[in-house]
Amino acid sequence: MIPFDFDYYRPETLHEAVHIYQELKSANPFYYSGGSEIISMSRLGSICPSAVIDLKAIPECTCMDITSKSLIIGSAVSLTRIAESNLFPFLSTTIKRIADHTNQCRITIGGNVCGTIIYRESVIPLLISECDVVVQTANGLKNRKINELWNGRMILEQGDFIVQFIIDREYLFLPYFHIKKVKNEKIDYPLITIGMLKKDGLLRAAFSGICEFPFRSLKIEKILNEKESPDSVAQKICNALPAPPINNIDGSDGYRLFVLKNTIVEMLKKIGEI
Amino acid sequence: MIEYKGKSVVELNVNNEIRSVAVRPSDLLIDVLRNQLGLTGAKPGCLNGDCGACTVIIDNLPVKSCLVLAVETAGHKILTVEGLKNTPEQDAFVNFSAFQCGYCTSGFLMVCHALRIMHPDADEYVMEEWLESNICRCTSYSEIRNAVSSFLPNVHNPSSKVIK
Repeated sequence: MIPFDFDYYRPETLHEAVHIYQELKSANPFYYSGGSEIISMSRLGSICPSAVIDLKAIPECTCMDITSKSLIIGSAVSLTRIAESNLFPFLSTTIKRIADHTNQCRITIGGNVCGTIIYRESVIPLLISECDVVVQTANGLKNRKINELWNGRMILEQGDFIVQFIIDREYLFLPYFHIKKVKNEKIDYPLITIGMLKKDGLLRAAFSGICEFPFRSLKIEKILNEKESPDSVAQKICNALPAPPINNIDGSDGYRLFVLKNTIVEMLKKIGEI
Repeated sequence: MIEYKGKSVVELNVNNEIRSVAVRPSDLLIDVLRNQLGLTGAKPGCLNGDCGACTVIIDNLPVKSCLVLAVETAGHKILTVEGLKNTPEQDAFVNFSAFQCGYCTSGFLMVCHALRIMHPDADEYVMEEWLESNICRCTSYSEIRNAVSSFLPNVHNPSSKVIK
């Protein structure tokens, strides 16, 4: 049970959504999509929205189209729908390891990327494929590169929301590698999740679970592509993290580094065999 | 634009019946099903989306009703365990003794029902992927596996013995 009241709005157009947000903005409204995180946090009293604005009736947010140039995924498309379509296998593989299948039927890609739970693993393939992000602002739609908006989390102005992710078609079928390591159960938050993709002979990589935020680092990618032994590359990557490793009950910082190093070695050996 | 402010009367399609309920926008589907409609098959377990005991089916897909607002479901088709009648899943759970205390059973049945409808050709991998969403604490997973394999022909059945 959620121990307080809020109002519920289900706009049918982008304009209606942004308009109602602007009207209510002094009263702490939340954009709402899958709802898992908003409901859980409201139940615990961690957040107290005055209103939720459900984006699931807006066609632009729920579309999933493939054109001659790109794959367009609406922010309110569920993880299950994306995984089952398998239009971007790297993204499908990543998504299938987020929460469990039933929750994947509700969690949306926009909600996962913009949520407050720090792992946000859906963003890994999006960062690596340097997708475009269509953002609804008070002044209309804006197209931005994801790497311009991402700084450990999606940086949006108050009242803005993501409408779509647009992935260049050339990335959809490139070879990729995905590993998620968890402490005990298969379904859990990651100790580490690593996604790699090979483009023009060079590896790209993004990480979740190791630091307090998911990241792609060009410095790490440079190390990754050095012609050195897997052990040496893995050690250098551990020394080049953008922030200290997470140290919590699921895994100490030392243990996460140990797992990270071994996993990178494992991945590089596998990639070398291909 | 649809708006609900304060307590509102909403029509829900539950088990192919239109039911009117007065709900707050922040009311959860599980609470409305159980407390207003008397449909107590969806069980409150963790109430955090982890255990699957409260699973119902909305538009053919399983969802955890503790993580859904009741007002969101207006205009959609909700199926609870009370709406299952003589399905292969129910028969199989009885025939293979796929429960002990039974608290998780309705959630498992709903996932199994959705799985059979959506993926009648599901193999071991797909079956595991779907059923990992639910937790049974009475250790009857092997019986559940046997039951599921009896109505999903592509799921390997290590022990197909029916327990009478």
